[in-house]
Amino acid sequence: MKKMMFALSLIGLALTVIPSVFVFLNQLAWQTHAHLMLLGTVLWFAAAPWWMRDVKK
Amino acid sequence: MTPASPSTLVERLDHLYEFDREPVAESKLQSAGNFIGVYSGEHIAGTEFVIGPLFVAHGVSAFDLFAGLFVGNLLAVLSWAFVVAPIAVKTRLNQYWLLRKIVGPNLLFAYNIVNALMFCFLAGSMISVSATAVGLPFNMTMPSLGDVYPNSLTWVVVVLVVGALVTALAILGFEKLAHFSKIAAPWMALVFIAAPLAVLPQLGVTSFADFWRVANEKIWTGVPLAGQTKFTFWHIAFFAWFCNMAMHLGMADLTLLRYARKWQYGFLSAFGMYLGHYLAWISSGILCAAALGNVAPGPIAYLGAGVSGAICVVIAGWTTANPALYRAGLALQIATPNWKRWKVTLAAGIATTLAALFPALMMKLLDFVALYGLLLMPMGAVIFADYWLIPKLRLQQNFAELQNLPFSWPAALTWGLTLLLAFLLPLEIFFKGLPAWFFAVALYLGLSFIQQKSFAGGKV
Repeated sequence: MKKMMFALSLIGLALTVIPSVFVFLNQLAWQTHAHLMLLGTVLWFAAAPWWMRDVKK
Repeated sequence: MTPASPSTLVERLDHLYEFDREPVAESKLQSAGNFIGVYSGEHIAGTEFVIGPLFVAHGVSAFDLFAGLFVGNLLAVLSWAFVVAPIAVKTRLNQYWLLRKIVGPNLLFAYNIVNALMFCFLAGSMISVSATAVGLPFNMTMPSLGDVYPNSLTWVVVVLVVGALVTALAILGFEKLAHFSKIAAPWMALVFIAAPLAVLPQLGVTSFADFWRVANEKIWTGVPLAGQTKFTFWHIAFFAWFCNMAMHLGMADLTLLRYARKWQYGFLSAFGMYLGHYLAWISSGILCAAALGNVAPGPIAYLGAGVSGAICVVIAGWTTANPALYRAGLALQIATPNWKRWKVTLAAGIATTLAALFPALMMKLLDFVALYGLLLMPMGAVIFADYWLIPKLRLQQNFAELQNLPFSWPAALTWGLTLLLAFLLPLEIFFKGLPAWFFAVALYLGLSFIQQKSFAGGKV
């Protein structure tokens, strides 16, 4: 479970930043980047607390 | 039987910090990784969304910005490493208990109140920052650079709602919020990278080779907006150095660095300075230029990152405002006998929210941050002088504790006269800190000499 959450949160971070690189390279529409970033945000905040809590302990 | 509750101001203040009265034990020291996390998280905050655009508004040139930030942040890192960290790892005491030994509990009380008021204003500006994002769906008229008073009824309602939420969460507790803040930090850092990347094509940057030309022509043009003073390399360097003056030259980070295994951990502040201040201020400046000079944090973040950008502004403002308000409540609790913590935090929250109604608090953030550091810096100079220089003059360290003095007049005069000198110096506020620090050190040494030689007929 924890490993899955860790993987999901990493995907969330990747979706937060990578689409903007493609916008910069003119390979992706800004609107798509904004949608993917929002998805990444939701993934990060849903998954990160599961494993970050363990690190804290 | 429960212990008697503390009754005097000093007893209440001591009681509040009782839990970390002793030097940090060896087993509680923290790894370098923890310091990297703390510094990176602390310096990617709501303030970053305001400071970058204000540099653009003040007409700094691209070279002055990049070079000034490099030098200023380097000086800040060196201040942490060479001024704060060595004392922190030798004493292992937090700022409160070390200062109490040097200046006495009554003067420390006054210092705590000033600190609390500064925290209230900081929290207020962050409520304003969050409000600019919350107001987006309501087509709220955003405050502009010159706005002093509330500019619309929507602004008033949004600020009141955000202020009420921030206050309620500060009352409910701090631990969970601090944890949430740690979770948000890596994501916020990436938003600060992604948002400007996504708007650079709108500014005409389609390859990395274009960046420097566009940076000079469209972002940091060297021309200030109407009514704004022109910023140079020196403004940027000194601002970057002194915006956290309360933490380094003011010694507030003794409380953090006392957990360091080695004094060299002070250099880890570079992660906060270069990831946070360097990167984030450049990013928010790019967003401001893409928004055609709009400086309101909510709209510029939305322009780069859509809804995630607006969420980032709310979270960044909120995670900065909450600990500030919590700490203000903690400090003010001393002055309000028999008040529960929630009642003090509520009062601080109401005052803070009312202050946040005035956009000038956010738009004058550069001046406020500089003033904040300047007000608290003299006590850091006192700690520095007492720890390193007083023994070289064959005087006694921690004289207030040694003689059981409730109030150190040399420290009080140093604080007051340094601020008076800083006020009178014909310099912009960003430049006053450096001469004032040297003045404070010299004055405290002179006054301590007079005090200790006259004490008990010259025998100390």
